[in-house]
Amino acid sequence: MAAPKVLVLRAPGINCERETHHAFGLAGGAPEYVHVKKLLQDPDLLDQFKIFMVPGGFAYGDDIASGRVLANEIRRKMGARMTAFVDRGGLALGICNGFQALVKLGLLPRLGGGDLEQQVTVCHNLSNHYECRWVTLKSQPNRCCFLDDDLTLRFPAAHAEGYLLTKDADQLRILDQEGYVALSYVDENGQKTTEYPVNPNGSPAGCAGLTDVTGRVLGLMPHPDRAYLPHNMPGWSRDGLAPKGDGMVIFEAMVKAARAES
Amino acid sequence: MEAWRVEVAVRPNLPDPAGKAAGAALRGAGLELQGKVRSKRGYLLGAELDRSQVEQFARDVLVDPVQEQFEILAPGEVVPPHTPRLSVLPLPGVTDPVAGSVQKAVVDSGLPSVAAGTYRAFEFDPANPAEGLWTTANECLANPAIQRVVADRVPLQLPGPGSQPDLDVQAIPLAGLDGDALVSVSVDGGLALDETEMRAIQDHFAASGRAPTRMELETLAQTWSEHCIHKTLTGKIRYGDQIIDNLMKTAIFQVTKTLDRDFCVSVFKDNAGVITFDDEDCVCIKVETHNHPSAIEPFGGAGTGVGGVIRDIMGTGLGAKPVASTDVFCFAPPNMPKDEVPAGCLPPQRVLEGVVSGVRDYGNPMGIPTVNGAVHFDEDFVGNPLVYVGNIGIMPKDKVEKQPNPGDSILVIGGRTGRDGIHGATFSSLELHTESETVSSGAVQIGDPITERKAMDAVLRIRDENLVSAVTDCGAGGFSSAVGEMAEGLGAEVELSDAPLKYEGLAPWEIWISEAQERMVLAIPAEHVARALEICEEEDSEAVTIGTFNDTGRLVIRYQGTVHADLDLAFMHDGIPAWERQATYTPAQLADPELAAETDCRQALLAVLSDFNVASKEWIIRQYDHEVQANSAGKPLVGVCEDGPADAAVLAPKLGSNRGVVLSNGLIPRYSKIDPAAMAECALDEAMRNLVAAGGDPEYTAILDNYCWGNCRKPEQLGGLVHASFALRDLALAYHTPFVSGKDSLNNEFNVGDRTIAIPGCILVSAMSVIPDVRRTMTTDLKRAGNQLVLVGRTRRELGGSVYWKTRGELGACVPRVDASYGKSILDGVYRAIQSKSVTAAHDLSEGGLGVTVAEMCIGGRLGADIDLDAVITDGVQRAEEILFSESQSRFLLEVPADRMADLEVNLHGLDFSTIGSVTEVDRLCVSQGGATVLSAEVDDLVHAFKHPLDLDGTMTQQGDR
Repeated sequence: MAAPKVLVLRAPGINCERETHHAFGLAGGAPEYVHVKKLLQDPDLLDQFKIFMVPGGFAYGDDIASGRVLANEIRRKMGARMTAFVDRGGLALGICNGFQALVKLGLLPRLGGGDLEQQVTVCHNLSNHYECRWVTLKSQPNRCCFLDDDLTLRFPAAHAEGYLLTKDADQLRILDQEGYVALSYVDENGQKTTEYPVNPNGSPAGCAGLTDVTGRVLGLMPHPDRAYLPHNMPGWSRDGLAPKGDGMVIFEAMVKAARAES
Repeated sequence: MEAWRVEVAVRPNLPDPAGKAAGAALRGAGLELQGKVRSKRGYLLGAELDRSQVEQFARDVLVDPVQEQFEILAPGEVVPPHTPRLSVLPLPGVTDPVAGSVQKAVVDSGLPSVAAGTYRAFEFDPANPAEGLWTTANECLANPAIQRVVADRVPLQLPGPGSQPDLDVQAIPLAGLDGDALVSVSVDGGLALDETEMRAIQDHFAASGRAPTRMELETLAQTWSEHCIHKTLTGKIRYGDQIIDNLMKTAIFQVTKTLDRDFCVSVFKDNAGVITFDDEDCVCIKVETHNHPSAIEPFGGAGTGVGGVIRDIMGTGLGAKPVASTDVFCFAPPNMPKDEVPAGCLPPQRVLEGVVSGVRDYGNPMGIPTVNGAVHFDEDFVGNPLVYVGNIGIMPKDKVEKQPNPGDSILVIGGRTGRDGIHGATFSSLELHTESETVSSGAVQIGDPITERKAMDAVLRIRDENLVSAVTDCGAGGFSSAVGEMAEGLGAEVELSDAPLKYEGLAPWEIWISEAQERMVLAIPAEHVARALEICEEEDSEAVTIGTFNDTGRLVIRYQGTVHADLDLAFMHDGIPAWERQATYTPAQLADPELAAETDCRQALLAVLSDFNVASKEWIIRQYDHEVQANSAGKPLVGVCEDGPADAAVLAPKLGSNRGVVLSNGLIPRYSKIDPAAMAECALDEAMRNLVAAGGDPEYTAILDNYCWGNCRKPEQLGGLVHASFALRDLALAYHTPFVSGKDSLNNEFNVGDRTIAIPGCILVSAMSVIPDVRRTMTTDLKRAGNQLVLVGRTRRELGGSVYWKTRGELGACVPRVDASYGKSILDGVYRAIQSKSVTAAHDLSEGGLGVTVAEMCIGGRLGADIDLDAVITDGVQRAEEILFSESQSRFLLEVPADRMADLEVNLHGLDFSTIGSVTEVDRLCVSQGGATVLSAEVDDLVHAFKHPLDLDGTMTQQGDR
């Protein structure tokens, strides 16, 4: 079976494309870089791919707000194609700034499954500063089609804006209880937490990552793309080298799901 | 130009971090502020839009629908005066990177293209008197070098179309002028040329029978500046009865030449030093200083410093890809009392915070991990903080050599040219004084990392398609230096009216020497220009050709066809008169203090751990992205809680390969107050110890020297520098470590009234080792109770300049020195021990000595240790505190499992080493001497003492430390 093609988006300020590309390749995917300029000129390109990937970075410098300028141009110029891509079985992943962009685009969480419209936001960490720190995540019972429940994963988080802000308590309850909060920051007992620094941004429900109404889109703040090689893991000098970094779980699961779709 | 204003604020019930930070800054400056500060992001949009368009755009793009709300002010409208408020705007001509994105978003939204600008507004509780607010806000919410504060009583405007440029060629007659008159031409023009140099220029133009033009003088001033050609270190120095012809050659290049290591590929001739990495690639390294701009505007100065050294790497050979940054700072202590900060100096904490955020906000968006660094504190850095910025890159072996050819086009890629940074190179060659903050603002630049990132992607693609014959960056001196350097030995013609400008009104000479950031200059063979431009277009990076290289030996600069400069390149590069300077070195007359013996060393250890020079830099480290690029194999923070300090960074820069690089540094300015030679030796030894402790190979290591010194026109300053240089040379030869690059900054003095504050002369040594496998590296954290602790090396009574004596208010005289052959055998032995896997943790002994080293290893492992000082090999050192806190060099503490001791003994055969204790399960560090306990401290107390002092916002020490 052919390796599923992965569109690794490039844009001014996106800066994690190389490691994301490499990780998807190791996971058995066929990653290709596509510059956003080229994609917007020729949105049909999207149909050649099984996975749409927005890597981390500072798209357009995070000017105005994180992910805002990128989200605006995608929604304006190919918004309907993005929803059609997902609704027809395409998978999408956004990491860190990519997650922020997918939220602002409205692809996450897309409650109700309608047109693209921003429903929640990702804003300043309660600690008030940018921070690079390894965190422990646990996948919650979730509706994401490729993410198993109860996985414990260590990834580095590196952001200033990762706090999930919902419109109201009801919206938060829906996200938390209906499996949209796919990944949570957890404490040493594996319980989701809002406590700093185990939860570096203070997000409610310990939210570190969201999935969408279809379960085919995943976005998360911490970086599996910096935790996929064995020597990336921070504990290796104490605990020995594992065969793979924890991040491979995400990339392999997506490639496997994309294979099953075809 | 009148403009629409959109003001965006978070909804009233939600946190407002920017408002909170502004309130904290105002209160920190002593203002008794009532109530909360509310912050707003302001946008200015061209008046051509109508209200419904502005409203739609605000709703769609400017405002977060969940978090924020907005209001609109029509062009000409003023904010109602019911609330005290003020706005902070960039000064005209200062880069506003966000404005460009707003303009793009306007067009993306289907609206007509209009001008845009941004600002910040702050609203205060009406209980606050406007007067006090205004003064304090001007001090701490804005930097007058780049911003202005307005009270918002008049409508805000967008900058207009700009004035007409002054196109006059401006011949500056020098014929017949005497020495004084020549000097005043130099001073009036901010040229930083002295009388001899002005005379050489006078003679040169007399021979060609014409007066120089302003652009020609400016070009020579840039090219001949200390910043660009290091005339002090390359000139003649009379030192005692010897004459040193070119200190750089005799003390630095000579080491590299003598050692002749086969891994050196390109040294001292390009923007960075290049060494072999593997069969396919090389790695290159460069460390720069950006001290003067950072003293005036810490955020912008540090950020553009980072941007500049990254461009050095992008401009090495035919282009290298940056893979890691290293940043080292020297500041006055952040708690320095306000009344001790001289007029004209920014408060040290503000400098520290500004520099750190400047590095963060440039390095992180570039996607380059900042993996290594150091911070040193001393009162004498109050007027001249030091900001060392370093970068390493990787490049294919066949892309190391560059040579422009006649006929190649001169292609400029990246940022536009503005009036920013005019006279940066000559400014940095002068001393700072109380007025520098106000008179030198033209030299301050603000960075735009995304523009640089786009240029980087374009340059690397152009390289990979083999379209380029040479590349360099626009740094100090701007086009004049970049094009001038590339044209050396050839010739060039340039048409400056083709260069893209940020705004109208720049005189041609300003375009030529502007230090606007984010610009790269490439020599592209004519047949490849079209493809190169196409790549730049795809990467969204602006690019134009501004001229051609030729073989005329002349540099001809035109503006709209009119010649503004026609310089002989040979004169430009070789015409500078040889310097001769006096240097004298007199050893400082100092004595050791006589202190009473400590009765309990616990308090002494906690005080040393809490000294700013020892205390954890976690608050800084975590603001830097040290994981991007997935090349990290050895982290800056290690251990159980990821808060123990690492000795060096370990990287695997090629994804999919385990081959790696170890990166470290050494810097100990305080020793210079006793003996600059000791400072130099110990900097190199420390860099090597750090590197070896982390698993670096001392026989495959290249080093860099970065000098920062006081005013070297003063013989005693220069004498100290020469004395230090010779010590560094001798040790580098003994250690087999070639210098591959270096830099100097020689005017770090601050004049306030009749007082001069000179920095302690210091050399930062950076070291880079290539290793076959990152999985054979080492960390500092203790791993398991029961393991042995082995101290390698000999402890002498060397407390001069030590942190321990500093905590007692003393300097002393018995400063550590390095025994070269002894030190070399220790480095090699510890390397062998780590490679043979005899060791489970390794940490060098540096500032704070054995006490700090063992404490840091306990902190990393959250384990205890029992130490017996009687087992320490000393040269007759008796007192416990002297053994614990002596800073003797060439020492390591190793953790060794009992069953590996036999192997360790083989690897360390013939060296001084002894087992001084063991790792314990109890969370306590216990030190005994002669059977009595001299120190007993809980690991939690060590953690608190270590982590608390530099945790500037209290976020690093909340968790369970206390």
